[in-house]
Amino acid sequence: MKSEKFATAAVYQWVAHTRSSKFFTFSFLTLQLRTMTEEIIISGFGGQGVLSMGKILAYAGIMEGKEVSWMPAYGPEQRGGTANVTVIVSDDMVSSPIVSSYDTAIVLNQPSLEKFEPQVKPGGAIIYDGHSIIQPPKRDDINVYRIDAMEEAARTGNSKVFNMLVLGGYLKVRPIATVEDVVKGLHKALPERHHKLIPMNEEAIRRGMELIKKMN
Amino acid sequence: MTREELIIPENRIYGKPTLMNDTPMHYCPGCSHGVVHKLVAEIIEEMGMEEDTIAICPVGCAVFAYRYVDVDWIEASHGRAPACASAIKRLWPNKLVFTYQGDGDMACIGTGETIHALNRGENIAMIFINNAIYGMTGGQMAPTTLMGMKTATCPYGRQADLHGYPLHITDLAVNLEGTCYVTRQAVNTVANIRKAKKAIRQAFENSMNKKGTSLVEIVSTCASGWKMTPEQANQWMVDNMFPYYPLGDLKNTVVNEK
Amino acid sequence: MDNQKDFVLLKGNEAIAKAAIRYGYDGFFGYPITPQSEVLETLAADKPWETTGMVVLQAESELASINMLYGAGCTGKLVFTSSSSPGIALMQEGLSYMAGNELPGVIVSVGRGGPGLGTIQPGQADYYQAVYGGGNGDYNTIVLAPNSVQEMCDCMGKAAELTFKWRMPVIVLSDGMIGQMMEKVELPPYRPRRTDEEIAKQCPWATNGIGLKNRKYNFMSTLEFDPAVMEERNQKMAAKYHQVEAEEVDYELYRVDDDTEYLIVAYGISSRISMKAVDLLRETGVKIGMLRPKTLWPFPNKIISQLSERIKSILCVEQCEGQMINDVRLATEGQATVFHSGRSGGMVSSPMEVVEDFKSMAREKMSNNWPKGYWMK
Repeated sequence: MKSEKFATAAVYQWVAHTRSSKFFTFSFLTLQLRTMTEEIIISGFGGQGVLSMGKILAYAGIMEGKEVSWMPAYGPEQRGGTANVTVIVSDDMVSSPIVSSYDTAIVLNQPSLEKFEPQVKPGGAIIYDGHSIIQPPKRDDINVYRIDAMEEAARTGNSKVFNMLVLGGYLKVRPIATVEDVVKGLHKALPERHHKLIPMNEEAIRRGMELIKKMN
Repeated sequence: MTREELIIPENRIYGKPTLMNDTPMHYCPGCSHGVVHKLVAEIIEEMGMEEDTIAICPVGCAVFAYRYVDVDWIEASHGRAPACASAIKRLWPNKLVFTYQGDGDMACIGTGETIHALNRGENIAMIFINNAIYGMTGGQMAPTTLMGMKTATCPYGRQADLHGYPLHITDLAVNLEGTCYVTRQAVNTVANIRKAKKAIRQAFENSMNKKGTSLVEIVSTCASGWKMTPEQANQWMVDNMFPYYPLGDLKNTVVNEK
Repeated sequence: MDNQKDFVLLKGNEAIAKAAIRYGYDGFFGYPITPQSEVLETLAADKPWETTGMVVLQAESELASINMLYGAGCTGKLVFTSSSSPGIALMQEGLSYMAGNELPGVIVSVGRGGPGLGTIQPGQADYYQAVYGGGNGDYNTIVLAPNSVQEMCDCMGKAAELTFKWRMPVIVLSDGMIGQMMEKVELPPYRPRRTDEEIAKQCPWATNGIGLKNRKYNFMSTLEFDPAVMEERNQKMAAKYHQVEAEEVDYELYRVDDDTEYLIVAYGISSRISMKAVDLLRETGVKIGMLRPKTLWPFPNKIISQLSERIKSILCVEQCEGQMINDVRLATEGQATVFHSGRSGGMVSSPMEVVEDFKSMAREKMSNNWPKGYWMK
């Protein structure tokens, strides 16, 4: 699938063929610079905490005063199936909650990597879990990051913080929200009875920030 | 003594309930509906519930019930009266809410709504007029039509292989935990009318006391549908309907509580 | 940050439920169906019967749900149900009864791919179902089309107002995507439910027994034996419908100005996708804008007619094989050519697909030989 930027260029060329060129004083890039918009896909197996990680990220965005959308690919309820969610965090109103290319792809299993690697915008980032991926990303026009979150979770014997480790890694490379705002978001996202778990999650986010490694 | 001198309140020994208006009924001569309507009107009046009654009529012969008894009526779509009543009673818990349905409405097209309202134990009363035939549409087979009985859509008599068996919805209701009072009555004699009135009154009181769902089946005649005179119809009902649908209380948890 | 408005992150379906509690709804009656089950789930979890006194009941079917709505509407209560495409199909009879008796009631339709059982992914193939209705007889229902989670929330308030103002059912036509996606929402303040006295005052027509000793009894019936009387009832309702058409049309224009050359018409989720497509095309110098009907019935005919006096190519974006496109065509009164863009069956267009479809449309226009009514695929 074409990336949006590429396709926009195609529109540009096509219009240039048919219309006077005086229209083209703005480029697609100026749009990118004018406002911050981060389009993220998080994808993995059901049960890995993909959807809740997206939700916490979206809440953190709200805490930062940004506009957000969280759009899951939903299907019949089942365990272990693939789950993915598109999260958009932006200074402006989010128009389409679905997009065809992403600034960042967080892939937590091999099928997700194969599906979403081609859809990362040039200059964008892909973050993968070292244990879950056998064939790492090959593209050289994007930033590739690896985080060994599964191993860390297994080492500490706390598999529940897996997604928070990954989230920490993400926030390290794309600091769209501070850890403080994520914690505030956790307070909002989690029911009161789970608030005692927040310090453990915060710790995992900070640990994830240390774990992430750039691979290219 | 003149006529005017005779017709004075002190001499009155019987009267039409005031909730019954003077609109001429559309029911055929000999039909049980008129009697049951009168009982309903009498009971509401006796209970002083005029301003607190929401009545739900069906699609079928009783579709025009609202014309005759001066309380607020809702005409539900075919078979959905129990659903309609369930919502109303939950939203207006202090009102008397009852449905008035025929066999096609309650035991055929609306079986699902009937069973589920009974099973949820909605605090409503359901009056079920069972005349074993579709009266309004011209005498077709009903779910309660007896084996061998002839109707417009089983002109050679009801047969199990062609039409299946009569549905004993009242007997089904007995087994549902939500029901508190299930009874089968008739209005063919004065004695039976009195018993039926007592049964309906108890059903209404159960609704107000939030005891669960009450179902009062009235085994009824349909002289026109059965193609008989009113007198023949009454006799036919005694001879054929009563053995199949025996009268009496089938379940009464409210009495057991006392 | 703390002085910000108190935003919460909610799914569209959750917003519907929470908004209904806060807008003082008296009851909800519904049956589970994907992708709207969170409405009932949220209501069950929030237990409004302990706080506002709102009744929540899981019905045995959609047939029962709509007839519960019918009964409640008859007594002047503010109630709603929600369902998805096949469930809404089952409700059509009840809707016709409600419209025929001029009853209030709010129906939330969270559309998915069809026909039949279809898919559980988002769809907009229920435009006809909502706008033209599958119930029998001469009737209309107001149809609101939210395009964000915030609007899902706001629509519950607007629907509550309109349904009593006009005494007709109001459908909130959404889709699986808006139902399932999360966005930040500012919930309305709690509004108390109306008291029995207020209901009696607002709804003197209601069949709830209140004040019966001082008035004639009320009844709700759609059955008439005399066709002349039925015609009279229909004419009365038609007059009301014309008034609604004159007063309640609502729409939004996005990047439409005096020299706009192309127009996209889209509602619901398609309008969100199309906004991005408009942005992408505007960046390349294409003078394109979007019109979004916020009410599908009454439909914004007038503005479309006015715009099509100068805009000759319109792209109607909807996630079905083309339903609203026919209303857009009628609204243009033949002054513009309308093209279709969209996926169906649960597939959803990406903004780039809309851009591609626009390019094909414009190419057709350039080559100047496109046939009238050409459906672009």
